[in-house]
Amino acid sequence: MIREYTCIICPNGCEIEASIEGTTILEIEGASCKRGREYVDQELRDPQRNIATSVAVEGGILPLASVRLTKPVPKTRIFDVINEIKKVKLTAPVSINQVIIKNILNLNTDVIATKNVSVSTSILASCDIL
Amino acid sequence: MSAIKKDVVIIGGGPAGLAAAVQLRKKGISDILILEREKQLGGILRQCIHDGFGLTRFKETLSGPEYSQRFSDEVEKLGIEYITEATVIDIASDKKVISASRKGLLEYDAKAIVLAMGCRERTRGAISIPGTRPSGVYNAGVAQSYINLHNTMVGKDVIILGSGDIGMIMARRLTLEGAKVKAVFEIQPYPSGLPRNIEQCLNDYGIPLYLSHTITKIKGHSRLEGITVAQVDRNLKPIPGTETDYSCDTLILSVGLIPENELSLAVSVELDNRTKGALVDENYQTNVEGIFAAGNVLHVHDLVDFVSLEAENLAEAVAEYINGVKLPECSINITTDANIGYTIPQRISGEKDFKLSMRVRKPFKNCEVKILQKDEVIKTVKLKKALPAEMLHIKLEKTQLKSLEDIKVVIA
Repeated sequence: MIREYTCIICPNGCEIEASIEGTTILEIEGASCKRGREYVDQELRDPQRNIATSVAVEGGILPLASVRLTKPVPKTRIFDVINEIKKVKLTAPVSINQVIIKNILNLNTDVIATKNVSVSTSILASCDIL
Repeated sequence: MSAIKKDVVIIGGGPAGLAAAVQLRKKGISDILILEREKQLGGILRQCIHDGFGLTRFKETLSGPEYSQRFSDEVEKLGIEYITEATVIDIASDKKVISASRKGLLEYDAKAIVLAMGCRERTRGAISIPGTRPSGVYNAGVAQSYINLHNTMVGKDVIILGSGDIGMIMARRLTLEGAKVKAVFEIQPYPSGLPRNIEQCLNDYGIPLYLSHTITKIKGHSRLEGITVAQVDRNLKPIPGTETDYSCDTLILSVGLIPENELSLAVSVELDNRTKGALVDENYQTNVEGIFAAGNVLHVHDLVDFVSLEAENLAEAVAEYINGVKLPECSINITTDANIGYTIPQRISGEKDFKLSMRVRKPFKNCEVKILQKDEVIKTVKLKKALPAEMLHIKLEKTQLKSLEDIKVVIA
């Protein structure tokens, strides 16, 4: 079977055409680097995605700290992961790379902060006037 | 009001302004000031929390806030002066910059000015969608700011007009936050965003993308209630009889970005009608001596990595200018055929190697970009594909030039 893929690994977005039998790649064309083949291979076996969202922060100069995963998770678990992250509430300060949830849902990946949120000294801290 | 002297005043503390500042400092220029309108440095990247930034610049994939923090940290470490919540209200002749901030109304007397104001979104008004004016119609970047900075959800039942990258990224973001994104409509017969975003933001979540479709009516009174969509013909005109109604409480517009050049116009910087940014030479200098531009204020980029690289190249030239090196006269004009939207720079000296950035007007496959001087091909680049969504970069060495004749770039 011939299948077409758009590689999402980098912004080049190579259009890949692969000849496939089951989960085996017989022939592959269009990828400009070796990560293209790795991507198709993974799409066939167990598609993985990284995701980003935010976590509420109390007492910070911002109401939210953005977060992402250190490693992608199976596509089918994206919403489980999002719902788990939604339960978290942080207190400022938050710093980039701070681990927010270690080994989330035993998926062998951590949720880390991607934004610094320092403590607000203003009495207007809860007012979002950014 | 007595003017404060500065070597370089940088207007805008987003990716372009920050990269320019850091590189200028590394080139030995110390008297730099960044003026930033928002409370924090970082520009639009503060709200771009998805990953995919930095693959070219840092060889790793980062979120927007992490990418910009790397530059903000360098600015702090190098002790570069910046003022936040500072609005530049005018650039006067003789490179005077007037800014309003908590420090009051201040005037700076700059040897060089770097324009790094970025771009803004086209709005509903710019594309004239007929209908009522209910709440619930947002630009994609505005919705992104509500959700990612202000912790405010914009709606539940969503339609997106335009297949720009921010629109597609918001389709995914809204879906993850529990909204139902029904469809994305694009008036052109091809997507305007990157293929990887169609894959990971739309296809992954089963969100359909309809090409050659546009919205012909917006309905609702206090809140948006629905829209009418129609197919368009080759001239992008709605085809009667193809209308379909969709109910929705939210419409997200991702219909293009325009460089933000109100300040540039105030000081007679000449703009390119195609890019809506300044006309620049190989040094990123505008027609006004000592005023330079890079990043989205110059031309809208698809990747921030190239904004940083462009601003760093600009900084090299600005450093030379401050150090009294006379920048060469740039009298070789660069023109294009009708299939190429524009090039940056638009003119060069011929005395320096340079990089051309450009965009095609429609998709091409297995094509060749040719650079000509007086009908003679001086460089050919073969490409597997060229898409309007992806900026092309072609390096040209000064030794490849045959004369001081104008240059033409064509694609076929």
